[in-house]
Amino acid sequence: MSQQYPALLVIVPLLSAFAISIAGWVNKRLCFPIIVTALSVVVYASIGLLLTVLEKGVVIYHLGGWPPPVGIAYYVDHLNGLVLVVVASVALLNVIAAKKSIEQEFPDKAGPFYTLYILMVTGLLGIVVTGDAFNLYVLLEIAALTGYGLLAMGEERAPLSSLNYLYMGTIGACFYLLGVGYLYIVTGSLNMVDIARLLPPLYQSRAVLAAFIICMVGVWLKMAFFPLHSWLPNAYTHATSAASSLIAPLVTKVMVYVMIRLILTIFTPEFAFATLALNNIVVWLAVIAIVMGAILALAERNLKKMLTFIVVAEIGYMVGGAWLGNRAGMTGAILHIVNDALMTLCVFLVVGNIVYKVKGYAFENLQGLFRKMPFTMGAFVVGAMSIIGVPPTCGFFSKWYLIVGALQAGHYGFMAALIFSSLVSVVLFFRIFEICYYEPFSDHHGHDQPPEPMDEAPLTMVVPLLIVAVILILVGLYTGDIVNHIIKFAIPEGLV
Amino acid sequence: MKIIGLIITIITGAFLVYAAADFPAWADPNSPASTYLSPYFIENSMKDTSVPNFVTSLLADYRGFDTMFETTVIFTAGLVCFILLRISGGKEPETSHYRHVLTGVTVTLKKGHKIPESEDFERIDDLWTPPDLIIKTGCRLMIPFIQLFGLYVIAHGHSSPGGGFQGGVILGASIILLAISHDLRTALEKMREKVVAILCPIGVSIYAGTGALCLLLGVNFLDYSALASVLHVDPIAARSHGIFMVEIGVGIAVMTTMIWIYNNISSAGKYNQGL
Amino acid sequence: MAELIPTIIAKYNYWIYITLMMIGLYAMIAKNNLVKKIVGMNIFQTAIILYYVSIGVKKGATIPISTGGHGAVHEAVHAADYLNPLPHVLMLTAIVVGVATLGVALALCLRIYSRYNTLEEDEILAQIRKK
Repeated sequence: MSQQYPALLVIVPLLSAFAISIAGWVNKRLCFPIIVTALSVVVYASIGLLLTVLEKGVVIYHLGGWPPPVGIAYYVDHLNGLVLVVVASVALLNVIAAKKSIEQEFPDKAGPFYTLYILMVTGLLGIVVTGDAFNLYVLLEIAALTGYGLLAMGEERAPLSSLNYLYMGTIGACFYLLGVGYLYIVTGSLNMVDIARLLPPLYQSRAVLAAFIICMVGVWLKMAFFPLHSWLPNAYTHATSAASSLIAPLVTKVMVYVMIRLILTIFTPEFAFATLALNNIVVWLAVIAIVMGAILALAERNLKKMLTFIVVAEIGYMVGGAWLGNRAGMTGAILHIVNDALMTLCVFLVVGNIVYKVKGYAFENLQGLFRKMPFTMGAFVVGAMSIIGVPPTCGFFSKWYLIVGALQAGHYGFMAALIFSSLVSVVLFFRIFEICYYEPFSDHHGHDQPPEPMDEAPLTMVVPLLIVAVILILVGLYTGDIVNHIIKFAIPEGLV
Repeated sequence: MKIIGLIITIITGAFLVYAAADFPAWADPNSPASTYLSPYFIENSMKDTSVPNFVTSLLADYRGFDTMFETTVIFTAGLVCFILLRISGGKEPETSHYRHVLTGVTVTLKKGHKIPESEDFERIDDLWTPPDLIIKTGCRLMIPFIQLFGLYVIAHGHSSPGGGFQGGVILGASIILLAISHDLRTALEKMREKVVAILCPIGVSIYAGTGALCLLLGVNFLDYSALASVLHVDPIAARSHGIFMVEIGVGIAVMTTMIWIYNNISSAGKYNQGL
Repeated sequence: MAELIPTIIAKYNYWIYITLMMIGLYAMIAKNNLVKKIVGMNIFQTAIILYYVSIGVKKGATIPISTGGHGAVHEAVHAADYLNPLPHVLMLTAIVVGVATLGVALALCLRIYSRYNTLEEDEILAQIRKK
């Protein structure tokens, strides 16, 4: 069975999506067990796949039995093996944590919601695992369409934000499709490895240059890289907590993965960094993304929106790191995909718990939360420390690699931006800790008023959150192993 | 915004024109796209799958995995329209209107009152346009032929232009024609919401299930040649049959999704009279 | 100039698709009405479909369906006689994606209209700001 893992990764969630969809009309109580079972199988298969890759090297799976480039093939190497495990585990932890809030917010549409949820996970897993440039586009659209649906089911402004996301997302996906078309017209192939084999004689061609730039712009639109980020904050803020805690950690990170895959596999670093002299411009854009994200986050008086601007800044980290054009920067970017997915999940789950209990996420709703929800806030402290970059949480280590990469590349602007955004994060999060620590101001001035009792979110919401918080520290402690055994092999030898 | 739009458009357009200078000329038989992979498909489609329509064999077999997700995209769109628009249950309106079919008299009932089920009365909305006998009769006559043609297009996709997507759209259009020429309630009587919503995932499951069956028979996902042992034919014919099976699944999924999207959008999720 | 004109004519399919695509892109950025933006989006997507389908064309070739029919398994098929089927297959997918996106976008517009009673973007933003 183990040679079928790559197919199972996508087929199990896909078939279970249809089962959930039918169960939603027949017996609603079946939906949740099906989705948890399916995602558990996916986590199991992805870990099995990563172990196989570590042991034997690249796993290739021919869909339909047709060898590439005739058919579609799945390539699993160290890079996407790692990302697959992250996507699968984030999706599983989040669905368990979100069960209560889904039932609270959509009592009669839970079935369709779970269906969209697992279809989105299918799309993201498919994007990561595929080795075919066009297949990636189809799955991109599945992830995008489900995303529009999930994000639109929120507050009253959600449909408008989601429609804006739809316009931007469609332009992005179409640009990617056009880029693939440019590659197809000059090479005649759609398989990533095959294109990479055919491209070197064409490096000087204008069509290849255009294909690269168009694909990049498309992917940047999808990941909300500055200055194309305008859709992200509103879309994520107005969505329901269950949807935003799935989409915020995963979608942008998967798009960063696609960008790295484009650079490393299809176009190869020689073309991206040596033939084109774009590094500097992109890294400076990343610097602006980080600085603007941090400043805009500082201006917000609303926890969830503040976090979305931090997401924008984090995208700057990863894009900048990948475009530094050296090994340390790329390592930092890949490590940050893992870390950022986990820490964004952590803080968005905290927001989910707060919304579940307090029904709001503006700063004035947060008073007295340390006493009221100690476990949730404890996890929030860990997540915040990780975003700031305090050892031993994992955020410190990826930032460390990024700074080393910036030093090696001699790009001091990027280094300064990283440090600046860490300092701003300190301000941001300590301001929230302060608000949460103090009790709400009472009108009676009386000291005899009893303190508000502890009112923690349900166990199914707190336990996954605490697991994520522990993972944040564990990943930090085992960073060396992850880098030496996985990421080292994910980056081609040519990149020093 | 207009000036910014114009600047972005001109820059992008100029960049694309710059890149197009390196492209092969139109209809050039020696372009890489026409000489690298496509000859394989054209020359081997008959040998590998015994399907004379190369587009069908490429769509449902060589790149069948793409097509499975394409069907999933359709299903997703139907589901998103449903989840965004459908107002389930909802409050009962203050008054409801019934029309006596023979006399044309409209009866207005207050909340809580009901009219006994009978052929003589039909439920109507506040805005009601009288039905046109010519349109109704004409469409009723056409619908069976449209459906027959839809089935032909699905079944004949192997050797002529057509297949599950095209046939499914035609089948869906026949029900939508009924909804337009009569009203949405009449169409819903022929095809209930629950039927549509369950058939749609079943259609996609037929596709994915065919692939999973191959996987259970010990080969890779969607490798239809494994069906030979189930169908008692040679592997090449098995591929042809496998393609037909998934086309049926696609047909069902596309037909029901078209109806599902139309029902939700035309009535804004209220499932009343519709357009 | 004299040698430029044949090049321009030989590649006219690209000029058409670029023009269409830019019309769509301009409508998406500059139009104020949400439905007009959707129309622009559709033009944009259709331009890409036109581009892909024009890749598949070959001089002197016919549609990619074997002229021999089912019985002609052993007949030799010459690749030069048939159009390239791959772009057609890819574009079938892109068309389906376009339809799906259109459906979702219209559903979102309906939700927005029922909430704000308008589809003009500036009026909606004014309503949001007022609160």
